[in-house]
Amino acid sequence: MHRVLAVAALVLATLPAFADFKIAFIDPLSGGAASAGLSAQKHMAFFTDQINAHGGLNGEKITVLSYDNKVSPQESLIVLKKAIDEGAKIVVQGNGSSVAHAITDAVLKHNERNPGKEVLFFNYAAIDPALTNEKCNFWHFRFDADVDMKMQALTDDIAKNKAIRKVYLINQDYSFGKAVAAAATKMLKEKRPDIQIVGDELHPLQKVQDFSPYIAKIKASGADTVITGNWSNDMLLLFKAGHDAGLNVNWYTYYGGGLGSVPAIGKDGVGHLKQATEHHKNVMPTLLPEEEAFHKRFSDKADELYYWRLRNMFHLLEAAAKKAGSNDPVKIAKALEGMKMDTPLGPMQMRADNHQLLQPIFVSTLSDKAKYDVEGSGLGFVTDVKLDADKTALPTTCKMTRP
Amino acid sequence: MRAARGANAWIAGAVLLAVLPWIPGLQSDSARSLLSQMGIAAVFALSYHLLLGQTGLLSFGHSVFFGLGGYGAIHVLRMVNGGLPIPLPLVPLAGAIAGLFFGVVFGTFTTRRAGTVFALITLGVGELVHAASLMFPSFFGGEEGVTASRTKTPHLLGLDFGSQVQVYYIIALWLLVAALAIHHFLRTPAGRLCNAVRDNPERVEFIGYDPQRIRFIAVAFAGAIAGLAGGLHAINYEIVASEALSAARSGAVLLMVYVGGVSHPIGAIVGAVAITWLQVSLSDYTNAWMLYLGLLFMGIVLVAPQGLVGVALAHLQARRAHALGRIARAYAMAALPVMVATLGAIALIEIAYRRSTQPEAGAVLRLFGLSLDTATPWPWLGAAAMVAAGGWLARNAWRRIDAAWADAGAARG
Amino acid sequence: MDIAIFSLLNGAVYGLMLFMLSSGLTLIFSMMGVLNFAHASVFMLGAYFSWQLSRWMGFWPALVAAPLLCGLAGAGIERFGLRRLHRVGHVAEILFTFGLSYVIAELVIMAWGRNPIENRVPGVIDFPAFTLMGTSYPFYKVLMTGISVAMFAFLYAAFKRTRLGLIIQAALTHPQTVSALGHDVPRLFVLVFAIGSALAGLAGVIGGFALLTEPNMAAALGPIVFVVVVVGGLGSIPGAFVGSMLIGILQTFAVAIDYSLLDLFRVAGHAVDRSSPLYEVYAVKVAQAAPILPYLLLVLVLIVRPRGLMGTRET
Repeated sequence: MHRVLAVAALVLATLPAFADFKIAFIDPLSGGAASAGLSAQKHMAFFTDQINAHGGLNGEKITVLSYDNKVSPQESLIVLKKAIDEGAKIVVQGNGSSVAHAITDAVLKHNERNPGKEVLFFNYAAIDPALTNEKCNFWHFRFDADVDMKMQALTDDIAKNKAIRKVYLINQDYSFGKAVAAAATKMLKEKRPDIQIVGDELHPLQKVQDFSPYIAKIKASGADTVITGNWSNDMLLLFKAGHDAGLNVNWYTYYGGGLGSVPAIGKDGVGHLKQATEHHKNVMPTLLPEEEAFHKRFSDKADELYYWRLRNMFHLLEAAAKKAGSNDPVKIAKALEGMKMDTPLGPMQMRADNHQLLQPIFVSTLSDKAKYDVEGSGLGFVTDVKLDADKTALPTTCKMTRP
Repeated sequence: MRAARGANAWIAGAVLLAVLPWIPGLQSDSARSLLSQMGIAAVFALSYHLLLGQTGLLSFGHSVFFGLGGYGAIHVLRMVNGGLPIPLPLVPLAGAIAGLFFGVVFGTFTTRRAGTVFALITLGVGELVHAASLMFPSFFGGEEGVTASRTKTPHLLGLDFGSQVQVYYIIALWLLVAALAIHHFLRTPAGRLCNAVRDNPERVEFIGYDPQRIRFIAVAFAGAIAGLAGGLHAINYEIVASEALSAARSGAVLLMVYVGGVSHPIGAIVGAVAITWLQVSLSDYTNAWMLYLGLLFMGIVLVAPQGLVGVALAHLQARRAHALGRIARAYAMAALPVMVATLGAIALIEIAYRRSTQPEAGAVLRLFGLSLDTATPWPWLGAAAMVAAGGWLARNAWRRIDAAWADAGAARG
Repeated sequence: MDIAIFSLLNGAVYGLMLFMLSSGLTLIFSMMGVLNFAHASVFMLGAYFSWQLSRWMGFWPALVAAPLLCGLAGAGIERFGLRRLHRVGHVAEILFTFGLSYVIAELVIMAWGRNPIENRVPGVIDFPAFTLMGTSYPFYKVLMTGISVAMFAFLYAAFKRTRLGLIIQAALTHPQTVSALGHDVPRLFVLVFAIGSALAGLAGVIGGFALLTEPNMAAALGPIVFVVVVVGGLGSIPGAFVGSMLIGILQTFAVAIDYSLLDLFRVAGHAVDRSSPLYEVYAVKVAQAAPILPYLLLVLVLIVRPRGLMGTRET
């Protein structure tokens, strides 16, 4: 009986779907990193609806298929198979460089084995530099500045501050965290050899519930500054433990403005918490129209247009599809590489040599006098330095084979 | 005569496996992926059945053998990519060997006691290995896991093993081998002693055998078969990551074997197929699939602890005792109230999930062809009424079912 | 030096929270032999209930109401679920609670969503209790300590001084005899389950502040609680205390130790080459190994002394 039901369901599941352009979204929708994935999911819905309102991609409406990968590379490949089987032409992922490594490998293998059924991999947040250097491939496009590019901006800011003498590095124990630690060590040595690195800690990813032992170590080291790439729960729990222990240091972060982190650090972060991002709410004197529209649609105070890079990604996708005149992934990819576009924050360009997007980077500090605050906390980020897109580029070792 | 019937069953099974990917409706890549997944789960479930169903050992850490076998196989596959001349169909054997090795290593200290102590120690070992896997990146690959390619291998008869259907046949072949191996093992004295240890370990000691030795053999053999499943997993996905060692995977195989039916090997296969299908396909229809799975499990434990296969066998026995008629009539009486209550419960769950986890999808929920506006109280009240009414009426009908089964038992006895 | 003091304090607080959780589990486990996988789920319910009830009636009433609600939930689980399964066997009971843990996690998602909820320490207890060598120690952690110690004292008094306590103590080690003496063992079971669940709920109220309140809480803490119960010993509440403190302090201290076996070898005068096969094993710092230490301890204890450190019976 069960086999009959199973077969019947299988038959139903394989009926052809309507001809529309399917994009698969693979990110954590449950577990420790869910807040990041769920937020991005809302962005996906928002921007695809925008494109569909202008008629879609070359007339085809975009449908987003969402899959929960729980930041597991294995789970991601399982759902990647499913997504490709269900007709997805582009796979979007970001949270977890570990996952991105698995997906970029798997997409390359799939495309080699199935000519004519290629898929593209749009990476919006996995910023291990290896993905656009030694592990680059033609099908992968990255829409966020990589670890080295952001560290360049952060260490330039540190170099200007003569009061910083002892720096503590704490990161998650995987490719991304290790890349942050390596970049910080190298660039600090180049720019400020007098700065002493008093700690280089790697902790398990998304597993630590209580960071107070790590905060105790930071205190014991006498550090005045902490550099960390932690994101999601790891960032806000670190801040929480720091607040509990009364830790008073400068924080140089990648994701210090992520969901829940600013409320966790509270007033302790004013003047001390810095981040390097492509956007924050106060980059322009007034909110951008897309931010207003996003707020209107998603009205929870925790819902903010945080992933400006997804906006850039979808604008570029729409333009590339138009330029290619077709929705064939290979043609879109060829149109996308090298593409330049203007944005309200400045010009951006998709590099043709390694498929890394160049867009403006802002180094900003938390302030209690900002016009727009984060998650109703009364605190917001204020720009210290703006780096134009072309100034953010770094050399690459990528050698990709093109179809 | 009986031997011939037994052999016929095996041949029929082999033919079924061979023909399955060509049945209309199952010819798409996604269907064949699903069949491959079911095959891997079936091998894993058979190995767990050997432990729980045949030797009475409840283990909460069985995924260590699956995972370590998978890692062993993927490292061998990497060596094959580097030039080692082993064809792909033999790579899962490396997983089996790794599983056997670790079965022996862990078996030396986990099998000293059975029962609850064994369950706890396997829980500890499972968590230990899972946590330790992130500490040794050269073998376990860290968070990224270990990848390899299944096409950069010696090609056999022109096959490069890139396509899903070719991998499916490798899996189906090993499933047959594993099933045959377990079948024959259970007919050896060692296999019989496993059953004896399950039923009465003290008596086994009295007849001169050491229950710990026998448990050790069971763990080692089950480890080998689980490692084989891990190896199949490695060639199917071309990646093994620390998730393969997780407690969730150990829980999943326990669920499969229990739902299918602990006492019969067929139960392991039925459970594997059913739960894999639910895990893969149910998530397409509803966000609440994990809840349904949990409720299904609790339901089986409470109402049908002998599992799906056990329930089917009980019905067959009732038919032989000519008591099925009364039971069927009792079912018919219960069918409508139970269906009403179930649909009401599903509606309540789906509405609640929509409100709490997908607010941006809007308030209007499409369920069973109806559009429900979850912002108003009417769908809630309607669903609750269905559950209450259906539940109340089902209580009466349930008593009839109980009575009918009691009669069937009396008629048989 | 100050890192040692703060590690000790933090470890003690973590250990006490584990004790609150594990004392309930020990009670249930010892008396009924049920490995209650849903125990950590009730802990999670305690955290969520306290948040929800605080919004309706304020923090202090919620501190009392949430554990009571959890106790009721526990009583319900035993009365309507587990009672049917006692005669079927331990495997069925374990599996029932196992499935229940999944169901409770999903029900929590259904009610409160997948994201962590902002379970902030209420302002009235959010201030530093004292500052030592530049690091402050929050008051709510001192409160946690106080409540755990008070709870331990209450349990001790209740078991040693009241009649009911004496019956329960007897049933912890000799359940069949107690039943033979005519006590209503099923009613006792419901009571014990309720008490154990209320303790877990109390742990959850306070754990919800110290840790993140999210649907994954139970799965994150569940395995450690089992380790504590087994290491400490079945049938022994003092054993659960010793086990919790041992594991809490061990894990917290371990993070502070950046030495590895390599350093030990170096001190002994034997340098290990990078290319040697077990180099990676020797290079693991104690801080990196911190997550596995409880499980290592569990496996060792189960091999060497299956009844645990202070246990009175094996199963």
